[in-house]
Amino acid sequence: MGWAIALHGGAGAIPVDLPPERLEPREAALRRILQIGVSALNARCSPLDVVELVVRELENCPHFNAGKGSVLTTNGTVEMEACIMDGNSKRCGAVSGVSTVVNPISLARQVMEKTPHIYLAFDGAEAFAREQGLETIDESHFITTENIERLKQAKEANRVQQDYTPPFKPEDKKETPVPDGDSKLGTVGCVAVDSLGNLAAATSTGGLVNKMVGRIGDTPIIGAGTYANKFCAISATGIGEAIIRETVARDVAAVMEYKGLGLKEAADYIVHQVSPKGTTGLVAVSSTGEVAMPFNTTGMFRACATEDGFTEVATWAI
Amino acid sequence: MVGWAIAVHGGAGVDPNLPTDRQEQAKLLLTRCLNLGISALRSSASAIDVVELVVRELETDPIFNSGRGSALTENGTVEMEASIMDGSGRKCGAVSGLTSVKNPVSLARLVMDKSPHSYLAFSGAENFAKQMGVERMENDYFITEDNVGMLKQAKEANSILFDYRIPTSGYESCGVGTVGCVVVDSQGRCAAATSTGGLMNKKVGRIGDSPLIGAGTYACDVCGVSCTGEGEAIIRGTVAREVAAVMEYKGLGLQAAVDFVIKERLDDGKAGVIAVSEKGEVAYGFNCVGMFRGCATEDGFMEVGIWE
Repeated sequence: MGWAIALHGGAGAIPVDLPPERLEPREAALRRILQIGVSALNARCSPLDVVELVVRELENCPHFNAGKGSVLTTNGTVEMEACIMDGNSKRCGAVSGVSTVVNPISLARQVMEKTPHIYLAFDGAEAFAREQGLETIDESHFITTENIERLKQAKEANRVQQDYTPPFKPEDKKETPVPDGDSKLGTVGCVAVDSLGNLAAATSTGGLVNKMVGRIGDTPIIGAGTYANKFCAISATGIGEAIIRETVARDVAAVMEYKGLGLKEAADYIVHQVSPKGTTGLVAVSSTGEVAMPFNTTGMFRACATEDGFTEVATWAI
Repeated sequence: MVGWAIAVHGGAGVDPNLPTDRQEQAKLLLTRCLNLGISALRSSASAIDVVELVVRELETDPIFNSGRGSALTENGTVEMEASIMDGSGRKCGAVSGLTSVKNPVSLARLVMDKSPHSYLAFSGAENFAKQMGVERMENDYFITEDNVGMLKQAKEANSILFDYRIPTSGYESCGVGTVGCVVVDSQGRCAAATSTGGLMNKKVGRIGDSPLIGAGTYACDVCGVSCTGEGEAIIRGTVAREVAAVMEYKGLGLQAAVDFVIKERLDDGKAGVIAVSEKGEVAYGFNCVGMFRGCATEDGFMEVGIWE
């Protein structure tokens, strides 16, 4: 079997009439970043290195809700979180409350490799970043005009919002795919498997627009937003609170292991039969090189490729 | 209608040389907490209310590593964390990095019931605590002499210390204190809650398994689970969720599920688990030297123990 890779830039109520100037940069970024992952896999980099590399690129891209381009807390600040997991060893690393580290996913990897812990947050995570000499920068680097605008709208509407809600006019008729009327998404992630069946997953996010300071979502919670073992690697996106409750990432792997389902079946089952509609999307690869990218939201920015030459970049259902 | 059941723990990984008077103190506390839970259950309290009530009691007593009596960070401070989950509906709440909140489990409950989120941490959690008007204490309330001494030892040994280990003994101890409670009420509803100060001499900002849904705490229609031990192993093994998953997906009964997870999902890690099922069963298991625990069921069964 060959390698396989899948990545996402967030699932949610991405309106089907999203203007081209908002869609194209994202799909172009996905295409470009997919190629970076593909090249790395062809160069026989380990899946752990590949997912970190790809997520770093997604974090650096301002069009997605991670790293630069992270959505803002209710105070207008950035609190990023990220998580990485190696399937073979189940070693993992996670960070939350990061505000000056250019690449939170790399900090998560350092936590995994350089500490006896799995998860560091807030001041402790920031201090550790400096100890390790990771690149840090003024918080303003991460803040984009789009996100300042989104926060303003969310405050006016007095709600916690996911980031891909387009400029909101109450009189517009938009789909309301989620029970509470908010479109919630954002997060980036990548999963990869090499030709030997080694698996890894990585996820990174700015969280929810207008979130309370200190709010932690599903991304850094092993088994919720991120998971990898010897069966599969999963990165989820959507409404964090729902993904935590449903232990989405772990459940896909559990259903494969305990019910003998294949990857696509398992991922479809969790996303379409178990998770509430409008809350969840994920990308997944299995140890046998399968890929799945199900979502129960309007759309999910995503891309995947397998060594036999198949590639796909998409936003809505195909 | 099913018979209710309750289990509590005060941490897995017990120093086999723990003095008898401390063992007795611990057992008295466990007994007291069980009885508190039992009274509440007899008055038809719901599982979610009972787990909160019991964990509050465990937090308030300084014997175990949670609330008052929490283990200390490398800076000699406390950073407490807790989580709670209601099996019916699977709502959950969690907190980390608390420094002034007298009962972290109650703040976790408020996150669940009164905020749009599931997990708040550090200064955001402390702000929420102020907004909610929960009882807050000065830092020295939480810090015990015992723990100041343990931190000193840990620094001298330059290691992360699990509460009940004596560094010089060379004895393979495991786990840390943490407290937890799981309950199934007479309506068959399960709930779970866990609370801790974390690892002695932990890095500032370190989060363990206790506040992580699916790792240290989990509850659903079929069971309620709370874990204690090596946090990193529990996270990696998604232990609490795993117990429920093997029941749901493999059809194992409660004790078999607990046994399976302890045996197969901890790798080299050391931990303990308490669990109840919707059928009114109670179970526990641990792969280290001891676990402070107690359990009781409506038919009159009651047990408090430390060792195998």
